[in-house]
Parts: sequence; structure tokens; C-alpha cells
Amino acid sequence: MSRVYLKGNEALAYGALEAGLNAYFAYPITPSSEIPETLAKEFGNKKFPEYKFFLQAASELEAINMVLGASAGGARAMTATSSPGFSLKQEGLSYAATMELPFLVANISRAGPGLGNLGPEQSDYFQATKGGGHGDYRLIVLAPDSVQEMALFPRLGFDLAFKYRNPVLILGDAFTGQLKEDVEFPEVELAQYNVSSWATTGAKGREPHVLNSLELDYEKQYRHMAKIFEKYKQVEANEVRFEEYLTEDAEKVIVAFGIVARVAKGVVNRLRQKGIRVGLIRPITLWPFPKAVLSKLASEGKQFLVVELNTGQMYQDVKLAVGDKVAVGFLGKWGGIVPTEAEVEARLQRLEAVLA
Amino acid sequence: MSQLILKVKAGRLKSLTENLTHYCAGCEHGTLTRLIASAMDDMGIRERTVMVDSVGCSVLAYNYISCDHVVAPHGRAPAVAAGLKRVRPDLMVFTVQGDGDAASIGLLELIYAAKRSTPITVFLVNNAIYGMTGGQMAPTSLQGQVTTTTPFGRDVALTGTEFDTSKLLAGIDGTAYVKRSSLVLTELSSPRGKVYTIKNILDAKKSVETAFQVQAMGGFAFVELLSTCSVNWKMPILEAKRYANEQMIKKYPLGLFKDTFGVEK
Repeated sequence: MSRVYLKGNEALAYGALEAGLNAYFAYPITPSSEIPETLAKEFGNKKFPEYKFFLQAASELEAINMVLGASAGGARAMTATSSPGFSLKQEGLSYAATMELPFLVANISRAGPGLGNLGPEQSDYFQATKGGGHGDYRLIVLAPDSVQEMALFPRLGFDLAFKYRNPVLILGDAFTGQLKEDVEFPEVELAQYNVSSWATTGAKGREPHVLNSLELDYEKQYRHMAKIFEKYKQVEANEVRFEEYLTEDAEKVIVAFGIVARVAKGVVNRLRQKGIRVGLIRPITLWPFPKAVLSKLASEGKQFLVVELNTGQMYQDVKLAVGDKVAVGFLGKWGGIVPTEAEVEARLQRLEAVLA
Repeated sequence: MSQLILKVKAGRLKSLTENLTHYCAGCEHGTLTRLIASAMDDMGIRERTVMVDSVGCSVLAYNYISCDHVVAPHGRAPAVAAGLKRVRPDLMVFTVQGDGDAASIGLLELIYAAKRSTPITVFLVNNAIYGMTGGQMAPTSLQGQVTTTTPFGRDVALTGTEFDTSKLLAGIDGTAYVKRSSLVLTELSSPRGKVYTIKNILDAKKSVETAFQVQAMGGFAFVELLSTCSVNWKMPILEAKRYANEQMIKKYPLGLFKDTFGVEK
């Protein structure tokens, strides 16, 4: 596929197909529904020979548990939802994390809590990055800021999911899901993932595989989770991704992800034209979080402004990363409202005043 | 009295591990485990069978049945089984659910797996109680039955009447095989005193085998198996068997509800 003009949700669906998606389990919820709609439409398209199964499930719970079963069989399985549905996915995600099942979930998040509204919010950040369901686990969380990244992240997501045997979450929002932009799908070879050591495909000529989250022996449970935590350390060491934009000489650095980073980049460009040295750090992986770069920039004496579509969730991770070295300002919007460049710029000026 | 002879093969079944089961004395879960393993051996399907373990007393089945296993969240076994079967249609996929798992928290997953004619096999062990959690009311508990959450007896005016899962599934057009059997020994009087027959177990054996055959033919197969839980019923083992054979059976009559492919006829 060459250059095309697509909605973010459509791009995510085609990105999954380009990544060799085998099975998709759907449940409709605004503003994510173009994902299942696109995948329903493309079912049977000979261009995607790996794509073998599409089903609209009876509930979010049924969908995530079907993904769990398909993943146990070694398939590239996926589901997508939006915030209220993402709450219902937490059961399956908790089980899958400890059963070490690799699959993809997209949360095209909207305003909350409860039904909230259909506008963009980033208020599922805690739920996405701190586990979300019961027990101590992490999802690998990718945060696209554009339709292009919505198209590319399914491939990256499957690569990471199978490399670490862990569910991967693409955390978009109503804005990145509904936004239409030009997008390119690079020609890449279909990745091959070896699942033979764990997938439940029938115990022919080998010992049975048991994919399980239950361990009644406390010592064994301790050791199992210690192994998982060790894996998380590897993910944190190897898979941190972020965009660093004009930070080198910057006095002030905006930290923002997803659609907000697009606004922030606009602010950086405007202020740079006026000769004001501002930069941007855009976390691409929300977990693992780019702590090291923030810590480094803080030790260079830079000041920070965190801008989010919530009341300060990633803000806490930034504070943890920079410690007491520097003051960190915050600008939050919620209810489906994205801050304007003018608002971010005004807040940056106040940051200076506060720190003076 | 008629003579019933069960042919028992010498040696261990390939589909059974060497582990001792954790099931309580008098519990029929072990009987079902044996019947399933026996069917898997007879059909030669062990190496392409995956069991989805449900939450309840059946959850530790991966210690006993020697094949691949996926352990599902509570109630979700049919969804997990369906997801697996859809991407690996060459596999035989089955689950053993309890009555709480299948008829309460997981009813939606069961109904939709059935409604879509998902080619899987579901065995439901109906012992009229939540066994693993220690004897709470199940949707299948009998009217007046004392459980830890119905200490004065189950009040069906409040909780609804006994849940007949087989009847429900037989009414769903997607099911190919629905049968209710019993795993409970039956008592007979003989000139030499009381004896216990395995008549029910022979019928259950046939149901288990048929349920796998129906899946192999592409159908959704469901077998409900009446069972006792003497520990949580707080009855001696033989009294529990009598209770199942005399009281439970009235609400849950045994029989073939549906056999679309005509396998059993």
C-alpha cells in the first residue's frame, strides 16, 4: 500500500493487517468502531492471506477472552475498544500478563469516568501504564500521535508482544482515532514469531503446555512473578521509545504524548521563531516510561511543563523521573477539550514566572 | 438383577498423568476425569486436544489430564475455547465447567458459544453448589437447599428456581448435542444386601464419547453431568448419592435433549 488518506482508526486496522493479523474479536464502541468496521470489510481480501477470522463478540469480556484463547493457540490476535470497554478488558489483561500471552489491544480513549463523552481524553493513563487489572503486572503501552503512527504501531506492537510474551496496548484517543491524514505503509516482510515452546497446539511428541495463572504454592508463585518482573526490567532496559525535539539548547521542555504532543510541537516551533528556546519530549512508550532522558534533562537544569488531557497522571511519572532537581509545571484539560497552542504558550510563560 | 460389566483396560491411560487427584472422597469429578481420558485414548486424540480449565473444582485438571491446557478466568472458558478453536480448527477443544461457572458468571459466554455452533465440547458438572469456594448457593441449588449463603434454605421466590442449563441450551438452535447424564452410583437392593451399580456411569461414558464425536463433526456439544458434593452438602457420601438420585434427579431428569447429527441414536 502506498500513500493513502485515512482515519486513524482505519490506519490502525490496515496496520494490523499489514502486520499479519490472524484473528480479530470485535465489540463496537465509539470512537473506536472504524477499527472493527474496516477489519470486517477487509475479511476475505486475498491481499491479507494471514487474516483468517473475524467475529463480533457478545461483550467486551467475551472478546478479550476470545483473544486470550486465540493467542494461546499462537495466533496474532487483537481487539480494540474505548475507555468504558477498556475497563471490561482488564480481567483478560491481568490473566494474559501472568500467562505471558502475546496479543494486541487498542484503546481509542474518550472522556470519562463512566460513559463520559466521545471526545479525546488521556485519563486512562494510570489504567494503561500501572497494570489496570488486579495483581502486579504491566502492559507495554504505545502512544501514537498521528495517523502514520496508528498505521505503524500494530507491527511494532506484535513484534514487542511476541518478543516479550506480553500483551501490548496501543493507547490512542478520540482525536488520533478520528483524525484523517496522509499515511504510508512501508513494504516490510511478514515477521515470523516462534511460538512452539509455549503455544497450546496439541501435545504431539512433547510434554503438554499449560498456560495458567494459578499457582497455589506460594514459593512457586513468588518465583513465577520474580521471573515476570525480571522480564519487565529487560523491557525497561531495551524498549523505551520517545521523541526528543529541540531539547539540546532548550531552557524549557514540554512533556506531552499523543495528540497533545502535536499541539506542543506547534508551540515549540512558534516560540523558536521568536528566539525562545523551548523543546519537547514526547513519550512514545508510556510503559516503559522514558525516565532516563527526563532525569538527564533535569540535571542540566531545564524546566518542565507537562501537558495532558487529564488532571495530572503522566505528571506523576515525570515528577518521579526528575525528582526534586527542578520544578515541574502542569497544564491539564479534560471533558474532551484539547488545549490550544495559545493556552500552552501562556502556561509556559507563567512557568517562568513561578520559577523566577 | 442384570449384570453390568465395565471393561477396564489394563495399564494407565495415556491421557492421564500419574498425579493423585485433589478431589474429596465421594466426589465424581475424578470419575469424569477418567471418562474423558478414556475417550481421548480410545479416539486417539490426546495429541491434538486442548482442555480449557474453568474456575471451580475442575481448575486443577491440568494436573490430571495429559494434554495441552489453557486455564480461563471464571466463567470465560467457552470464550477462551472458542478463540482457540477458531484459530486452530484442527484441534479438539473442550472444557469442564461447574454450575456456578457455566450457569451463573459465565452464562453469556456459554450461550453465545452455543448460539454460534462453535465446534467445541462443554461438560458441565452440576453438583448444585459452589464447591471450591466452600458451599455457597449455585443457580442449580434445589429449592430449600441449605448452603452457606442460604442458611435457611434456598428461597426460589427471591433467587429464582433451579437453573436447567440443558433445557436452556437445547432451546438454542446452534447446539448439535445436548444431554444430561449422571456420574452418581445408584443403589440397588439384592438378596445379599445393598449394592451399587455403575449404570449411570456407563451412560455418562457414552455421552462423553459422543460429545467429542459431535465436535469432530463440527457441532457444539454439551453434556451436563449430575454429581454430588458430600462435603459441602454436609452429608455422608452414600447419603449424598441417595440425595442426588432421589432429589436432584426430579429437577434435573436425565436424558438426551438433542442430537442433531443422530450420533447417539
